[in-house]
Amino acid sequence: MYRYDNYDFALVRARVAQFRDQVARWQSGLLSDDEFRPLRLQNGLYVQRHAPMLRIAVPYAMLSSAQLRALAHVARTWDRGYGHFTTRHNIQFNWPRIEDCPDILEYLAQVEMHAIQTSGNCIRNITTDPFAGVAPDEIIDPRPLAEILRQWSTFHPEFAFLPRKFKIAISGTREDRALTWFHDVGLQLNLDATGEPCFRVIVGGGLGRTPIRGEVVRESLPWQHILTYLEAILRVYNLHGRRDNAYKARIKILVQALGIEEFARQVEAEWAHLKDGPATLTQAEYDRVQAHFSSPAYRQLPAEQADFVARKAADPAFARWVARCVHGHKMPGYAAVTLSLKAPGQAPGDISAAQMEAVADLADAFSFGEARSSHEQNLILADVEQGRLYELWQAAKRLGLATPSVGLLTDMICCPGGDFCDLANAKSIPIANAIQARFQDLDYLFDLGELELNISGCMNACGHHHVGHIGILGVDKNDAEFYQITLGGRQGNQARTGKVIGPAFAAAEVADAVEQIIGVYVAHRHPDETFLDTFDRIGIEPFKNKVYEHRAHGRAKTAATEQSA
Amino acid sequence: MSILIKHQSIVPDTWQRLEADEDPNRQPLPEADLLFPQAIWQARKNEIISRYKRIGLWLEPDADLAPLAADLDYFQVIAIHFPKFVDGRGYSLARLLRERYHFAGELRAVGDVLHDQLFFMRRVGFDAWALKAGQDAERALHAFTTFPTSYQGAVDDPTPLFRRRNP
Repeated sequence: MYRYDNYDFALVRARVAQFRDQVARWQSGLLSDDEFRPLRLQNGLYVQRHAPMLRIAVPYAMLSSAQLRALAHVARTWDRGYGHFTTRHNIQFNWPRIEDCPDILEYLAQVEMHAIQTSGNCIRNITTDPFAGVAPDEIIDPRPLAEILRQWSTFHPEFAFLPRKFKIAISGTREDRALTWFHDVGLQLNLDATGEPCFRVIVGGGLGRTPIRGEVVRESLPWQHILTYLEAILRVYNLHGRRDNAYKARIKILVQALGIEEFARQVEAEWAHLKDGPATLTQAEYDRVQAHFSSPAYRQLPAEQADFVARKAADPAFARWVARCVHGHKMPGYAAVTLSLKAPGQAPGDISAAQMEAVADLADAFSFGEARSSHEQNLILADVEQGRLYELWQAAKRLGLATPSVGLLTDMICCPGGDFCDLANAKSIPIANAIQARFQDLDYLFDLGELELNISGCMNACGHHHVGHIGILGVDKNDAEFYQITLGGRQGNQARTGKVIGPAFAAAEVADAVEQIIGVYVAHRHPDETFLDTFDRIGIEPFKNKVYEHRAHGRAKTAATEQSA
Repeated sequence: MSILIKHQSIVPDTWQRLEADEDPNRQPLPEADLLFPQAIWQARKNEIISRYKRIGLWLEPDADLAPLAADLDYFQVIAIHFPKFVDGRGYSLARLLRERYHFAGELRAVGDVLHDQLFFMRRVGFDAWALKAGQDAERALHAFTTFPTSYQGAVDDPTPLFRRRNP
């Protein structure tokens, strides 16, 4: 993975010193709360319901074992012994003291970590496929360009005060795993007719209050031009994006208002001035960064090892874990492995300090000292020898990291919700726990097959509910927590948002509703149909009819709830 | 007289903002170093050029620069107004004035101009700052050395780090 040189270290350390000074000026009253807020947010520091929350970047998902141990030390020393992995390659600490944050960041700088631009109205952490570099369907490893984009976006002087946050995702695979259709800018790497890397540039996608699938602003952009082209996009947005209403300020609203053709025309007009300027990338820079992502020292192995096959046949529990948590790899005899952070009763994405250290040890022992954090809020060991999977499984089981539910209903994506977050309208973790408790039978879960359930505690959609096959959104109605359910959303090349099934449910009704939705699927499915296949074939009506059978709707329901309260 | 940060030191400021009245064509124009709003400049350009030796321009963040392109040589100073420090349009305007329109005069940030924005503002082409009232100007001078280098090229140094990096 990328290692800092003196320039990178100097910049991150200067940031820590700057932030220390800002905290001191805020404490002494030289910086008002309003003046401090955007500054601390650009350093990942929120002030939350119970305590501040500090969001640390995990650039393009890569974590070294040394970084995991450092995070464990932070969790133990300055927090309550755990952290929370988000959907966008970040780890959050929910209980630090503001005055400790400069020390935390100084400590993390030693292991090349930071909280730069993990929040605020600026260019955020660049995200990509957690299987980058090892995925069998990869065309180009996106990490070198992701690192180049990280550096370009870090302290970009022109774009530190955008109308709203700006998220870029980059993918280099046939099947998109970086949600590129739903980012402010989505970059899909491909090869052009001459075999040179190029980008398809998608703009104006996003979840949140107004979920919109992005549109292609340029079908093919040679890779050398990516920085100048992004500067053109960002300049158009910075000058013309709305600043009068935070809910209308994302680039998607500007793209919708102008139409993609007019937006593209403005970008191209701007780009005409920037193209071929000094920000044009060089092969030397690409090679310098790419060298950090060269393949580890793989051994020559057979594609399938007899011992592994025998273990799977002999131990159904192992076979089940392999089916869910072990993924294909470009190298014969190797596999990528998900370490699940979705154990029953655990808040999705939460990880204890002891588990972080244990994962660091597993990474050292099994995967060249590296791990990844996934969009689905799990950890991944990307380079495990097939012949050692059984040993890894046994170790992961002991650590509570082998829940064989990846891609199944209980592998939920879930934001911290109203238990922690100030923005939330409703709690999300208790809903996740209630659904997990309802669906504990592993055989049944396996029978249900691929099913993604995503929960967000508010419209900001940190839990990506819009693209869950089943999406659950917490809403506030007359100061009570209700949950709206959507069906049919999805990520990938056919990414789209789900449809709202109908009126929202009270917290206690959500698990029942999910069970009824699953019941409709089971009743209607053809052999080999996934939930999405069945949904696409029969539509939302059968689900709606079942879930709202015998239920009062709308006002009648609100009245009934109020009476019973 | 108010003060200004210029050339990374604190100097007296001789320029005054002229606020536009309802009817810019009839508004009296006092004798002083004035920062003219764009509406008055465009309505009374010839009069201003004949009466004033030193001319300044005051731009709001929604300014359209294209109509001003041929006029820029008249201005000793262009002030870009930051109504709120989180309104980042002025950064793009500054860069355009320097890089696209090659404005060589003083480019000053006015309005909600705070310590923590100075480093970025200098990078995009500002060379003068009228700090918001109450800011500690002496302390703010340290903001220009916040970072030892920068990854991207900008007005201060168009060469990105990747073209000057030594291993």
